[in-house]
Amino acid sequence: MSKFEQEFTVASLDFAAAGQASSQIKKLLQLVGYQPLEIRRASIAAYEMEMNMVIHGNGGILRVNLGPAAIELTAQDKGPGIPDIDLAMQEGYSTAPPNIREMGFGAGMGLPNIKRCTDFIEIKSEIGKGTTVRVVINASQQ
Amino acid sequence: MNLKEVKKLLEAEVLWGNELLEKSVSCAFGCDLLSDVLAFTPPNVLLLTGLTNIQVINTAEMIDAAAIVFVRGKRPTKEVIDFARQKNIPLMATNYMLYDSCGILYLNGLKGCEGNR
Repeated sequence: MSKFEQEFTVASLDFAAAGQASSQIKKLLQLVGYQPLEIRRASIAAYEMEMNMVIHGNGGILRVNLGPAAIELTAQDKGPGIPDIDLAMQEGYSTAPPNIREMGFGAGMGLPNIKRCTDFIEIKSEIGKGTTVRVVINASQQ
Repeated sequence: MNLKEVKKLLEAEVLWGNELLEKSVSCAFGCDLLSDVLAFTPPNVLLLTGLTNIQVINTAEMIDAAAIVFVRGKRPTKEVIDFARQKNIPLMATNYMLYDSCGILYLNGLKGCEGNR
């Protein structure tokens, strides 16, 4: 299969629509025919990345690049940036406000979980400009 | 354990998915933190939670959950139930607390998600 790329726009703080991009990505991965556990890992990462953009990033773009040996996801937001990425990667660290926690988010597991589900993670962040998270899941089509 | 047994043991009301009750679940996870649900569950898990918002359904879809049981008498809105129907995820509601619901299922042979941490 040649490389396939698709972009999804993610709106800030729209909790009714949040999750739609990840759901479409999951369907796309199933259509392409990756292994079920690879699809699951990529879907969880995509959803965490999408929710981060909804909650923290003022919305953004979630891009998926599909190749025969890898699923690549890139979340690019125009949010406030992450001052201390090492701290943000720690389990339990969260800056989510109370209304977000009431929905079940803000356990401080988002970025650590993205790392856990993927084979490569790269986070670039600039204060006041935004954050880009790029991940790769090694994959094989059935 | 299949969903029909879960329904009976928890005296649960099926909000959607009556035709899917023969479906088996591998293990169960009780939690009100969606990030932890995403982090610690294997596929085909039965999710027990007191959260009833639409993101619970999205989370269940991402982790390939078998079904969701809402505890403590919580009921999602019709909109959330319709959303779960679109995603083909059965929903039940029980008046038992989370701890009691998990205890009842565990005593009857449905174990937790081992080895995921």
